[in-house]
Amino acid sequence: MSGVEPQALPASVAPPRGRGRRSSVRGWRRGDQLIFVLAWTAGLGLCLVAGAIVIFLGVEGLRYLDPKLLVTSPSAAVDQAHSGGFLDPLIGTLTMAVLGTLIATPLAVLTAVWVVEYGRPHWLAAVVETSIEMVAGTPDIVIAIFGLAFFQLGILAPFSFRASGGGVYGRSFLAAGIMMSLLALPLTYTATRNGLRAIPRQQREASFALGKTRAATIRSVLLPSLRPDIATGATLGLGRIVGSTAIIVLLLGATLQNSPQNSVPLLGFLRGTGSTLTSYIFFNSPAGEGNAPQKAYAAAFVLLLIVLGLNWIVGRVSRIGAGAALNAGRMAR
Amino acid sequence: MSDDRPELRAPAALAPEDEVRENGTMSIKQLDFQRPQLDAMTPPPLRAVSPLTGPERMQLRDISVYYDGVPAVNGASLSIHKGEVLALIGPSGCGKTTLLRTLNRLTELTPNATHSGTITLDGDDIHELEDTKLRTRVSMVFQQPNPFPMSIFDNVAFALREQSRRRPRRRELEPLVKHALQRAGLYEEVRNNLDRPALRLSGGQQQRLCIARAIANNPEILLMDEPCSALDPRSTAVIEELILQLRSDLAVVIVTHNLQQARRVADRVAFMYLGDLVELGDAHQLFEAPREERTREYIAGAFG
Repeated sequence: MSGVEPQALPASVAPPRGRGRRSSVRGWRRGDQLIFVLAWTAGLGLCLVAGAIVIFLGVEGLRYLDPKLLVTSPSAAVDQAHSGGFLDPLIGTLTMAVLGTLIATPLAVLTAVWVVEYGRPHWLAAVVETSIEMVAGTPDIVIAIFGLAFFQLGILAPFSFRASGGGVYGRSFLAAGIMMSLLALPLTYTATRNGLRAIPRQQREASFALGKTRAATIRSVLLPSLRPDIATGATLGLGRIVGSTAIIVLLLGATLQNSPQNSVPLLGFLRGTGSTLTSYIFFNSPAGEGNAPQKAYAAAFVLLLIVLGLNWIVGRVSRIGAGAALNAGRMAR
Repeated sequence: MSDDRPELRAPAALAPEDEVRENGTMSIKQLDFQRPQLDAMTPPPLRAVSPLTGPERMQLRDISVYYDGVPAVNGASLSIHKGEVLALIGPSGCGKTTLLRTLNRLTELTPNATHSGTITLDGDDIHELEDTKLRTRVSMVFQQPNPFPMSIFDNVAFALREQSRRRPRRRELEPLVKHALQRAGLYEEVRNNLDRPALRLSGGQQQRLCIARAIANNPEILLMDEPCSALDPRSTAVIEELILQLRSDLAVVIVTHNLQQARRVADRVAFMYLGDLVELGDAHQLFEAPREERTREYIAGAFG
């Protein structure tokens, strides 16, 4: 030790307090001061932007949001008083969310389990990982245009329907839902993979040492403790699905009303075209043909509520997940 | 590695009436842990040094284990008998855990591990047995208590389930789970909380739950990899007492770098150093009159 005298600690006589004296920002280096100020500005600025969006949409949305809009179908009318509400887009959004998540979640979980628990040969696991990263980075308009070309293939007619000329139309809830699942898949995959990697090796060895197979270990030990991770990933994916416009415009047709393809109850609906809140907003906004900003605001407000609701669920789920992680023995011991 | 652990072990409980047997092992029967349920199952009087009491169960012939071609265990040969506690001792990195994990083929989970030599279980080469079958006959308790994130009941039931195609009902499993918990000396403490998460138990209770899980299928051999190194002295004593009880039904192989623990529980001791099985003998002989110079130095605390 050098000859520096350790400072006497008057803690025994000082009254208890939350924090001791800290160094003043004024004494910092110039560069550090600048970054300090920038960090605060950026953080506060972001709060302002987010607040502005919520307040603006809240005010505009509540001004125009009439409960009747939620339960009436849109109809073609020049007069906005007769153009109906957005029941169909609302149903479309919910259908997309359910369909996309139902397809994406099992695929993502299976892929993550394979990559982490098997992952051999290594190069193949690396290829899978890179592919998923690529899908994650692909803009949804690119996914949409690929999907359109894909679902217009003759053999994929059952996913949509044949137009009057005989060509496959390629646009339907099914086609859009499948491509939507590509948006959600990377998010669910990443969450599940990270969850699997966080489970200590000892958990697996404990199961193997009891004479369990790898499959039984995954099913009975690993998957149950992954539930919060899967839920978080799926909810994040849901948010992306609900927000995508490009896939709706290109692959769902963005028709005014949901138009089932035939009278078969569910299948006909899924093979038919329709719209979601995002496409409804786009076409009613001043940019679209409808030029009905009031309805666009009202729909946007509803969409915002849906997204905020999903975010809230993510927060809840991850907090439950943190509690479950304790039960799962993930705490560093 | 210092061996003054006994000073840590609840000295007040180590009253003078605790008998120190002539082989240096010590009876811990007198320890008062205020656990009447264990008194109800007091083990049979501890034998004097009497190794090889039961028939031979496992035999290792010239076992070597390599990681990336580098030997971690070098030509070890020994036999394991029913009714005995065999302790593997030696400094860190001497290969004792690797040797232990070879006995139930857990080393196969390490991709870069290879081995040579033969291990037989009741005459059968263990590499000819299905790994899952082998591991129900040769089960293992790990260094860190590692119960599954399930209820106490399910932890033990997990070991019992999936043996047959039909999933057994809880009513059928209940007596088996209860019996395993009783043998592990945990039942009285958890009998009203069988559905509580296992991770709410204390460390020592968790380790006893892991023992219950490991013995639920009535294995022939129980492997223990430093089962007490993450536990406090009191829990350690409880588990050591348990080991002495369990050996009447099965063979226990325990890895420890706590020499005092080896003295307390082992019938036979194998000393390993740098991958070599240096000396194998009765606990009494090995601790009191080691044949090898390296054993003598290690026991005297010259290294390790």
